[in-house]
Amino acid sequence: MAAKVITITSGKGGVGKTTAVANLAVALALEGSKVVCIDGDIGLRNLDVILGLENRIVYDIVDVIEGRCRLKQAMIRDKKLPELYLIPAAQTRDKNAISASEMIRLVKDLRSECDFVLIDSPAGIERGFRNAIAGADRVLVVTNPEISAVRDADRVIGILESEEKGPAALILNRLNPTLVKSKDMLSPEDVLDLLAIELIGIVPEDENVIIASNRGAPVAYEPKSRAGQAFRNIAKRLRGETVPFLDLDAQSGLWNRLQRLTGRK
Amino acid sequence: MEETRALVQIKGLRDGLLASLDDASWEEQRAALLAQVDDNPAFFHGARLALEVASQILHVNELVELRDQLSERNIFLWAVIGESPTTEQTAQLLGLATRISKPRPEEMRQVRVENLGEETALFLNRTLRSGTRVEFSGHVIVLGDVNPGAEIVAEGNVLVWGKLRGAVHAGSNGDTTAVVCALDLSPTRLQIAGETTMPSLDSQRTPNPETARINEHGKLQSETWSPDR
Repeated sequence: MAAKVITITSGKGGVGKTTAVANLAVALALEGSKVVCIDGDIGLRNLDVILGLENRIVYDIVDVIEGRCRLKQAMIRDKKLPELYLIPAAQTRDKNAISASEMIRLVKDLRSECDFVLIDSPAGIERGFRNAIAGADRVLVVTNPEISAVRDADRVIGILESEEKGPAALILNRLNPTLVKSKDMLSPEDVLDLLAIELIGIVPEDENVIIASNRGAPVAYEPKSRAGQAFRNIAKRLRGETVPFLDLDAQSGLWNRLQRLTGRK
Repeated sequence: MEETRALVQIKGLRDGLLASLDDASWEEQRAALLAQVDDNPAFFHGARLALEVASQILHVNELVELRDQLSERNIFLWAVIGESPTTEQTAQLLGLATRISKPRPEEMRQVRVENLGEETALFLNRTLRSGTRVEFSGHVIVLGDVNPGAEIVAEGNVLVWGKLRGAVHAGSNGDTTAVVCALDLSPTRLQIAGETTMPSLDSQRTPNPETARINEHGKLQSETWSPDR
């Protein structure tokens, strides 16, 4: 097996990076892939909570890098999905505890172990972010339809381009079709017009995401959730499948479909 | 002897010398560095030296020893740049710098061209994203967009074949005849020579090719391009 290493980043905080990593990991594992996710947010770890694995942590990424345990010992197996693992961040250290070259080495060791390595990047464009992208084959940028989030995504995409990390792909998270329709929210077209990168998924706003995250069972498990469906579609696209997309060519088509989904039509 | 020399590479920096070591053992490296210094004491006398140690893991006693040996030779060790966090901590403990400031080339471009006359232009065949700053002593032409958060400062004119939504300063040396033109001129800030304007952000308007210049009353003015003229 030669794993694909995918880093999820955003620039701005709070746009849903960790939620996206947790859901994509679950969705990929549901599809039968073997997935290892790495929480790169050292000092502010969250991914374990969203995956519901908080109380199983014994060793973390810094323990692996500093040689206090073997890689396998820090890989926590998921409660439900036997092919999903988490390498948690250290909570009592900071971003300086690891370097880009150590991250590259860690990812290299994981490549033979699984199909996908998903790395959750911290917010910002400093050291933690640079560590998170260092070993990536592919980068997904998460943004919200808000001017500040899009501006930060633009900055991050610029840095990725200059580091020659290949073309990044965009996840537009927390889109509210009603607000877009009343012109109170940026539309997917507005965002893509500015960022000009490939769109890999639109995740509609969905209160189930918050409920599911608090329960430690990501929304991707829920067959009826719209956000869950969106994440499962992105996972399929990452596996190389072609999944019909929300129609972005005809604006009316997009709204009709989203409204049918929300049951407003 | 010649082979040990190759372990250490010395380069000149703006604020001193940079010695780059490779991954050989620390004792070998240290010996090679000192040998190189002793070979050419005049060159190194009074130098500020930064040390690049790749992934070497250095502890306090090792760095202190080297620092003292260098200072006996009148060399001031001021920075240690390494990939290992341990080395970084050691360096910080000893009050040494752990990075050398060099602007990231992709984010800061400052190009100076001498004696090429007023027709010199910098051609950028890409979109300038947020955080990019381009400064040029002639004209700037962009084939692409200028996104919000990007900035262009040109002594001459600025021409954008795309959407101009960042900040732009034309005629930055005081040239009031400089112009800014774009297929969609909606910058967050537009300045020509000393005149600045912050255009109202109206996302509903239809984009038009426009040229902004300083008019005969000394005010900034923009006019829409039309095929009739």
